[in-house]
Amino acid sequence: MTKDAIVKEFEAIVGGENVMTSETDRHAYSYDAAVLDSVMPALVVRPETSEALGAATKLCNDNGLPLTVRGAGTNLSGGTIPHPGGVVVLTNGLNRILEINEEDMYAVVEPGVVTAQFAAEVAKRGLFYPPDPGSQTVSTLGGNVAENAGGLRGLKYGVTKDYVMGMEFWDVNGQLVKTGSRTVKCVTGYNLAGLMVASEGTLSVFDKITLKLIPPAQAAKSMMAIFPSMKAASETVAAIIANKIVPATLEMMDNFTIRTVENFRGAGLPVEAAALLLIEVDGHPAQVEDEAAMVEKICKANGATELKVAKDAAERDAVWQARRDALPALAKLKPTCVLEDATVPRSKIPAMIEALEDISKKLDLTIGTFGHAGDGNLHPTILTDKRDKQEWERVEKGIDMIFEKALAMGGTLSGEHGIGLAKSKYLEQETTRATLEYAHRMKSVLDPKGILNPGKIIGFRK
Amino acid sequence: MADINKLAQMFKELDDQLVGCMRCGMCQAVCPVFAQSGRETDVTRGKLALLDGLASEMLTDPEGVNEKLNRCLLCGTCQSNCPSGVSVMDIFLKARAIMTGYFGLSPVKKAIFRGMLKNPKLFNMLTDMGSLFQGLFTKKVDDMLGSSCARFNAPVIGDRHFNTLSSKPLHKTFPEMDSAPGKSGLKVAFYVGCVIDKIFPHVGEAILDVLKYHGVGVYMPKGQACCGIPALSSGDTETFDTLVDLNMERFKDGEFDYLVTGCATCTSTIKELWPRMYTGNPALKGDINVLEQKTMDISQFLVDILKITPQEITGGKSVTYHDPCHLKNSLGVTAQPRTVIKAAGCDFKEMAEAGTCCGCGGSFNIAHYDMSKKIGGRKADNIMASGAQIAATSCPACMLQITDMLSQKEASMECKHVIELYADTLRGK
Repeated sequence: MTKDAIVKEFEAIVGGENVMTSETDRHAYSYDAAVLDSVMPALVVRPETSEALGAATKLCNDNGLPLTVRGAGTNLSGGTIPHPGGVVVLTNGLNRILEINEEDMYAVVEPGVVTAQFAAEVAKRGLFYPPDPGSQTVSTLGGNVAENAGGLRGLKYGVTKDYVMGMEFWDVNGQLVKTGSRTVKCVTGYNLAGLMVASEGTLSVFDKITLKLIPPAQAAKSMMAIFPSMKAASETVAAIIANKIVPATLEMMDNFTIRTVENFRGAGLPVEAAALLLIEVDGHPAQVEDEAAMVEKICKANGATELKVAKDAAERDAVWQARRDALPALAKLKPTCVLEDATVPRSKIPAMIEALEDISKKLDLTIGTFGHAGDGNLHPTILTDKRDKQEWERVEKGIDMIFEKALAMGGTLSGEHGIGLAKSKYLEQETTRATLEYAHRMKSVLDPKGILNPGKIIGFRK
Repeated sequence: MADINKLAQMFKELDDQLVGCMRCGMCQAVCPVFAQSGRETDVTRGKLALLDGLASEMLTDPEGVNEKLNRCLLCGTCQSNCPSGVSVMDIFLKARAIMTGYFGLSPVKKAIFRGMLKNPKLFNMLTDMGSLFQGLFTKKVDDMLGSSCARFNAPVIGDRHFNTLSSKPLHKTFPEMDSAPGKSGLKVAFYVGCVIDKIFPHVGEAILDVLKYHGVGVYMPKGQACCGIPALSSGDTETFDTLVDLNMERFKDGEFDYLVTGCATCTSTIKELWPRMYTGNPALKGDINVLEQKTMDISQFLVDILKITPQEITGGKSVTYHDPCHLKNSLGVTAQPRTVIKAAGCDFKEMAEAGTCCGCGGSFNIAHYDMSKKIGGRKADNIMASGAQIAATSCPACMLQITDMLSQKEASMECKHVIELYADTLRGK
């Protein structure tokens, strides 16, 4: 078919106003939040019904058109950068919350529902949806599932995969596949929903998603502990976990990040501190009291020089505002901000912090480190200017070194940002040649023409 | 028309500002236009990517980029929420100026900006005449709101419910003023602004009454010109510079402690854009900076300087408040107008999403009325849901939009400037 004919077919499926072909429209969907080169798609379509989504998928397959699904385009590993000449399928027109079931504590949503809006609707009914990625005010639930998004509460409450009970998705032939159920227990057939989590649009096009909801904690207590070294702070993290306490959130900031945040907000953070831990315990009020006291004791025993416990909601907000400010404050320092998510076993955090300091010195790079210390998910943030070619080469080298170190410590390439285009080259290093071949074989059966988000995660078959 | 490489060169000058956008996409959460359309070209990240595409000569369609660039209310919400601190307003206004330099100003805008705005006397005369004849073309729809609509099928007006030109603009009632400070010991310059002068003179009168009540001297020179925002947002920097010159000329002879306005847009233009975007006489820069320091919104003046405070609820009328973008996002003024409402003895009721744009955006309303109406419709719903009897705000442009939206929804409630509420209380109404 000619391009005009294909455009007409898409128009028949999604409506004329939902097919975008102009240069400006296509350029606006050529990138995501990753620091990677943009790629122009041939066209962009925005289905508003499930059926249209399925039909658009089939049309792409029939014509061998590469298809990249895009929610809010916030992902940090290039997962939503299209393939040259491909089609971008937007899901933000599919944004209905179909059901929130308070009795059985689950919800059914379309893929384009915005995460924070969903969480707020759920909270209105007295329930709780814990995954809270940093981009939650704009990110979509379909994207969260596709990337297995995490967040600040990962330590105690897990990540997106822990809340996916079931799914409906379109295969490349435009047939609807159903998997999972509305029940907590379900062993019917292959766990295809599990396979779809973190598949980054390479195996299917998501339609409806069934998500687990839980009751919210009755009480919470937040505190900020100040440490004379990153080592002492990271040893405290390990000690808290070793004492069988699982805080809802356990976040760390290095001195560079503390000073940057303080410059940005002026909220009275201790700029001399080498490290900060921001900790929140939640649960039954009695348990919260107990655990908060124990955490306090452990912090002091591990060298905390000061510990501030939030007395009310305003002080609690101030603690979390400091953490939320970390990225924006760092981002303002330099034009380009490379936010990585190398993740190591918790016991290896002190070693990883040391390795990051080494890399920063060796390559003369500015790296601010903060992140979800409780689950070993660190965010070394490299501040640079991509236009400075020499420095950019050092940045790329630094990224290689960060992942090498993380993998050597038994860690992983990505805690929550996904592999996408950015890290597919390291995949074999973390897994095995056989893993990659297995994945390619599976993909070649499910997607024989290779139209689904080509090149992402497993790269191209060599 | 210059060639496209030349255009790319001009956009390269914005490179240092454009490179600050890390494409995180957080602007999607706050952009009122994106909330309606869901299109990436309607949100800041997309527009910045397009400008970057032009600068790096990846794009060949400047007309397409220009069209997308203009689908923006310039409400500044994205800038005030941008994690990277990108100076979005600076970039957009400069980009519009570059585009206008490249494509030229449309004949209609040329006639309005260069023919009329640049000549305040002619502008006044034309609108005075307009007010005499408008009755032939319009009819009243809502007495409470004071809105009208077109009698005949009129392309620019469409189905808008608008406030007509006043039969007695403020410059007719009070051509000029120079009164001495009273008990407050203070004197302010009053910058009236076009919409208050020509459509809502009673807001101007309310400001004068309030200042008089508090014993504040007023300097109000005649022949005040438009603040320049309509020209600047259309990329006409030449007219903008002339208007700044005209106004600086008018205010230079007065002695005053502060310059107050009743228009959020005028205030933010004088404070933010005169110092940053003026490219005329370099010798004037110092004076502009001094004036900028003295400029404030009327509510801010009443609360921060005159220290008026909330009173017991006396009037019985319940009031909700819409934050104009130019006060909230540009200047961070949100508490003071609410205090003024309470100082007027009204029963204040906060509405949902008080700080989101009403969808007016000056010429955006003219070029993209359907989108403007969708955004404004949501505002009207929030206003009505607040349960208040009066919708108050601090910007006459927002008043026009809110009046149109409430009138079309037959809300049977009034839209007023906060200063009117306060003046009414002082007048014992």
